[in-house]
Amino acid sequence: MILLLQYTLIFASVLVLVALGGCFSEHSGVINIGLEGIMVMGALGGALTMKYLPPDLNAALVILIVILACVVVGMLFSLLLGVAAIRFNADQTLVGTALNLLGPAAAVVLVRAINMAEDINNVSTTVAYGTAKKAFTTNIGSFEFNWFMLVALLVLIASYIVLYKTRFGLRLCACGEHPQAADSVGINVYKMRYAGVLISGALGGLGGLVYITAGVSEWKFENGVAGFGFLALAVMIFGQWKPINIGLAALLFGLFRALSNVYTGFDVLVALNLPNTVYNMLPYIISLIVLVFVSGKSKAPKAEGIPYDKGQR
Amino acid sequence: MEQYAIEMLHITKKFPGIIANDDITLQLKKGEIHALLGENGAGKSTLMSVLFGLYQLEEGEIRKDGQTVTIHDPNDANALGIGMVHQHFKLVECFSVLDNIILGAETTRGGFLQKAEARKKVMALSEQYGLSVDPDAIIEDITVGMQQRTEILKMLYRDNEILIFDEPTAVLTPQEIQELMTIMKNLAAEGKSILFITHKLAEIMQVADRCTVLRKGKYIGTVDIKDSTPESLSAMMVGRDVNFVVEKAPVELGDVVLDVQHMTVASKHHKNNAVNDVSFQVRRGEIVCIAGIDGNGQTELVYGLSGLEPLKGGKITMNGVDITHLPIRKRLTNGMSHIPEDRHKHGLVLDYTLEDNIVLQRYFEPEFTSPMGFLKRKNIRSYAERLIEQYDVRSGQGPITKARSMSGGNQQKAIIAREIDKNPELLIAVQPTRGLDVGAIEYIHKQLVAQRDAGKGVLLVSLELDEVMNVSDRILVLYEGEIVGEFDPKQVSVEELGLYMAGSKRKEAQDRAN
Repeated sequence: MILLLQYTLIFASVLVLVALGGCFSEHSGVINIGLEGIMVMGALGGALTMKYLPPDLNAALVILIVILACVVVGMLFSLLLGVAAIRFNADQTLVGTALNLLGPAAAVVLVRAINMAEDINNVSTTVAYGTAKKAFTTNIGSFEFNWFMLVALLVLIASYIVLYKTRFGLRLCACGEHPQAADSVGINVYKMRYAGVLISGALGGLGGLVYITAGVSEWKFENGVAGFGFLALAVMIFGQWKPINIGLAALLFGLFRALSNVYTGFDVLVALNLPNTVYNMLPYIISLIVLVFVSGKSKAPKAEGIPYDKGQR
Repeated sequence: MEQYAIEMLHITKKFPGIIANDDITLQLKKGEIHALLGENGAGKSTLMSVLFGLYQLEEGEIRKDGQTVTIHDPNDANALGIGMVHQHFKLVECFSVLDNIILGAETTRGGFLQKAEARKKVMALSEQYGLSVDPDAIIEDITVGMQQRTEILKMLYRDNEILIFDEPTAVLTPQEIQELMTIMKNLAAEGKSILFITHKLAEIMQVADRCTVLRKGKYIGTVDIKDSTPESLSAMMVGRDVNFVVEKAPVELGDVVLDVQHMTVASKHHKNNAVNDVSFQVRRGEIVCIAGIDGNGQTELVYGLSGLEPLKGGKITMNGVDITHLPIRKRLTNGMSHIPEDRHKHGLVLDYTLEDNIVLQRYFEPEFTSPMGFLKRKNIRSYAERLIEQYDVRSGQGPITKARSMSGGNQQKAIIAREIDKNPELLIAVQPTRGLDVGAIEYIHKQLVAQRDAGKGVLLVSLELDEVMNVSDRILVLYEGEIVGEFDPKQVSVEELGLYMAGSKRKEAQDRAN
């Protein structure tokens, strides 16, 4: 039971971080479908940093440096979307899809090159970061507490405050709803959209790191992040672009994802005698069903996906 | 010397192929309501864009309180105290009234919004100028009138001294227009200077102190309203005398071309029928006008006739053929022409070229499509060119102009060219002059009368009482989806008609369906 809680929380943390990233981007008016690719790149940045950090570093320092690394890598990668979509008015869905293709592929190439440079016979895509990863967890009884759970909660609270209580949030949302209105009162729509995309890059990269450190101490980059970027999008839509709802939606999806890891611990579920794959599919199936019912009355920002053109009235 | 709040002196602004503003001078006195009058395309929008720094002027200068200023972008304009209510409101629909007002001019402490202070200021302003709004209401839930008051409060919240209203009455009901006029007078009395862009003469006569007239990018003159008449203003605007009265020969009634019996159309908004058991006829050689206040079933009535909506009951006969269940294409090829209410939604494909829009009703004919299904571009081009010439449709690049880039009046002319050139038996025109200027209105009225004189049946749906009285031969008043009265425009007063339109009087039409 504690294991279920632990896995639910860590998966929910991943989803909440990435979905909030998408939420910021979309509120600024840019659809970020490339979260999956951003997660992989962020995870790669974090994994490599952990691999090369000196083993005797202070735990708090490790956490800080690693988080910084994955956030910066995620932001740089998301900048591709920002420049293409905001500066050059590219189709946001296409650029996002390109990021999703580019991210995992680039990660595989990079990791293989690094592994081969160390050992000419090693062509694997695995990065091991066992030592550094220990800094992120601490045991409370049998519950393995991951500091990222706290980080996710803090980000969730901060997002709510930023979006609804600050000038920045008000202006950001205006740019996603009615950029012409924002422009007419002197708000720089382009700057706000860059801000939205960069925040999504930061949170997406962080989410990627949390995903690959959830329970394991090495990662095969061939696997990418197994569609978590898309699940996060589903969480964002199910949460109707509102932080609190996104938090609840993330918990629900996290629970279903966790079931596949721990269902053997529940007699009821084992008695059902379902194959393991059914539980693995569960979050994705749920997301399909949820989207079918929710997207009809969706409260998506009105101007998202439309490049802002100052000349058009 | 007279004190001017803002002066635009000898402004010239050129675009490729056109001089949008040619040596235009506009001087706005402190505390006055100054109307800027001109037809579509006269250069009013360009002039305002220059004032707001959206365009940079090429010649001339702008002065504020006698001092020369340069305006590079809207922020500069705002800093000089210039604010504008745009024709299409710049409001974020899912935000509250208060959020919209403070957006861009937020009071913050450490980045956090201080809404309580803002609310106090908004409430004080709203009280001072009689602008009643609910600060917590969401924009998409409130009336157009309240949205406009929100826009006005936005300007006042920024302490703007020069208030520009761009065609503010186009979207309002008659009562809301009266309220706005009162508000504008209050604002001027409190020392605000108001620039009022419009082409509605009656409103200028009612509120403005002075009026500057533009025509085709040129400055025509500035006049005092107390020395002017609507006729003199419109002559300045159009460049010739305009006939407010439509000249018509007496009616020569022919056969019945449209016969509607017990027509009923369901409503999309409520449970009652939008059109309830309506029967009438249109004969050749007459203009029958459906009058009524917006939303009393006019739209649905026309949708039923044109086939855009199915009927719930009743029967429509056109030229003796039962068309009740005919598809739209069949109705249109059988002699019905339809000038739709919403020219952007049903009249034009905005991203198509002008020529493609012109041929939209006929592209399938052998003249324009080969048996293999390929379009005959050459024929389409020459056909479009003929209509453009004949109906004087003006556009930047002729047949290949994108419809979206054309002015409203010319878009409407293109539709009228297309629909009339089909040589219809029955012409249905729904609010054909909505949003157009005096010159274009006169032109369209002439076309309608010409169709009637050529022995066609014309069904006109109009919300403008002037139009109803001037153009029609017979008036049917629609109230809550039913015909509540039938009149001869020569024998009824506007006031009488108004009572029927408001539903306070009704009579059975005597010779309905005779």
